[in-house]
Amino acid sequence: MNESAPMSVGTQRPHLQPRDPMANRAALTEKISVRDVRFYYGDFLALKGISMPIYDKKVTALIGPSGCGKSTLLRIFNRMYDLYPKQRAEGEILFEGNNLLDPKQDLNLLRARVGMVFQKPTPFPMSIYDNIAFGIRLYERVPKSELDDRVETALKRGALWDEVKDKLNQSGLGLSGGQQQRLCIARSIAVRPDVLLLDEPTSALDPIATAKVEELIYQLKSDYTICIVTHNMQQAARVADFTAFMYLGELIEFGETSQVFTKPKQPKTEDYITGRFG
Amino acid sequence: MQNFDMSRYKRRRRVSSLLMIGSWFAAITGLAILGLILFTLFWRGVGGLNLAVFTESTPPPGAAGGLLNAIYGSVMMTVLGTALGTPLGILAGTWMAEYGRNSRLATTIRFINDILLSAPSIVIGLFVYEVMVVTMGHFSAWAGGCALALLVLPVVVRTTEDMLLLVPDGLREAASALGSPRWMVISRVCYRAAKAGMITGVLLAVARVTGETAPLLFTALNNQFMSTDMNAPMANLPVVIFQFALSPYPEWQQLAWTAALLITVTVLILNIVARALSSSRIKKD
Repeated sequence: MNESAPMSVGTQRPHLQPRDPMANRAALTEKISVRDVRFYYGDFLALKGISMPIYDKKVTALIGPSGCGKSTLLRIFNRMYDLYPKQRAEGEILFEGNNLLDPKQDLNLLRARVGMVFQKPTPFPMSIYDNIAFGIRLYERVPKSELDDRVETALKRGALWDEVKDKLNQSGLGLSGGQQQRLCIARSIAVRPDVLLLDEPTSALDPIATAKVEELIYQLKSDYTICIVTHNMQQAARVADFTAFMYLGELIEFGETSQVFTKPKQPKTEDYITGRFG
Repeated sequence: MQNFDMSRYKRRRRVSSLLMIGSWFAAITGLAILGLILFTLFWRGVGGLNLAVFTESTPPPGAAGGLLNAIYGSVMMTVLGTALGTPLGILAGTWMAEYGRNSRLATTIRFINDILLSAPSIVIGLFVYEVMVVTMGHFSAWAGGCALALLVLPVVVRTTEDMLLLVPDGLREAASALGSPRWMVISRVCYRAAKAGMITGVLLAVARVTGETAPLLFTALNNQFMSTDMNAPMANLPVVIFQFALSPYPEWQQLAWTAALLITVTVLILNIVARALSSSRIKKD
């Protein structure tokens, strides 16, 4: 691995046991506060009044069976749904004190601060270098040398630098699926967002690539607030500090990951986690 | 195996081989006709190919000459038509694929565009004749270029829209998620992803108008002499072919064959390039 990622997949300790978020509990601040959010696809009510916190510099996992609304919730945080005319959200989502559902909210500025990585890797049809530089160039006019540094830093943080440093000018489409996904994460980081939204980032990847991405998430936590949607419960247990269990558009339970997975308060949560349904 | 109804199976095989023979026959007939056309063109056209074709203008009856003025006119008017039709077509196609999508207006435009796509080119020629030639009072290369632009336009609109619709929404979402405004998502990401297909569309449009005679007959007319004045009648290959081929003079007839060969080879090259481009796109995906 490279210097910014000293631990390898094999040696990384915190993987198999849920982490202890109590260690620095005093430092918990809400980065995003979801307040009674309802979401409509046309006439269909997909989220039925969700309220929950997303804590600063923590990993929050959204779990639940397909169609429960976890991706929908994630896509509200950067107003992705605004691309589609028939979708709308009600309620309040405070992001550093401002309601990001406010129609006056500038979407491009919001999305520059709340980055997103999708289920399928989405490299742009351009070189690896340009993929990373794309987001930087959107908002900053930086000299070439600094741009080179920023691209390198982002790729290092994305744990991809060693694999691509000799082929930065080759197309991003030529990378493997796992590399493409790390490229997308690096691309999001390059813009220097505060929050990173991950929508099932490993569901299209093989186990080794998944482990690499999970390790990456763990390392990124020190600088970013991360919210991840996942179908893989072991993954939630491995990477998340907090877990929210959703079912049919409602938030059933929210709590520290260790508590949600070991002592769930709601019977539905327990049923889902133990595989009795879903 | 014994339970199979063998008579049904045999019948199926018979029908299958009949159809197979039928489609072979059809394919070979089609190819043979195409081959015959190409062969005749080369046979009759190559003989007339010499330096004079590219350096001298069309001759009066009975004299020797070339096609310089017609080649120049064809190139100029094709370039003008492409230069007018392409940007307009790309913008319209972009609106339909990116902004209009399923709106009523987009559906209407798509329908009208399809009509324009299949409109007989002579109708387009007459339209431009009415609108430009009659108003200006004379035939001109401007009018010829505009008529060709009207033929380029629907092809480019169609391919641009189709190619942009092939770009997955995930790519648009990813670009938006980085905070890029809509116009940059389209110009920096979608166009790049659709580039090969869009260029193919433009090339096919150019190939189509290169051989159009009818719209030029009513607009640019013809000019026996070398003229670079876009505001005056201008010679062009298709109309020269039309006139010379029908003439009783063997020199003219020979030039018509040569001109036909030139156009065909040009169209062939454009098509091959377009093919190569679109297959390179598929390979990359």
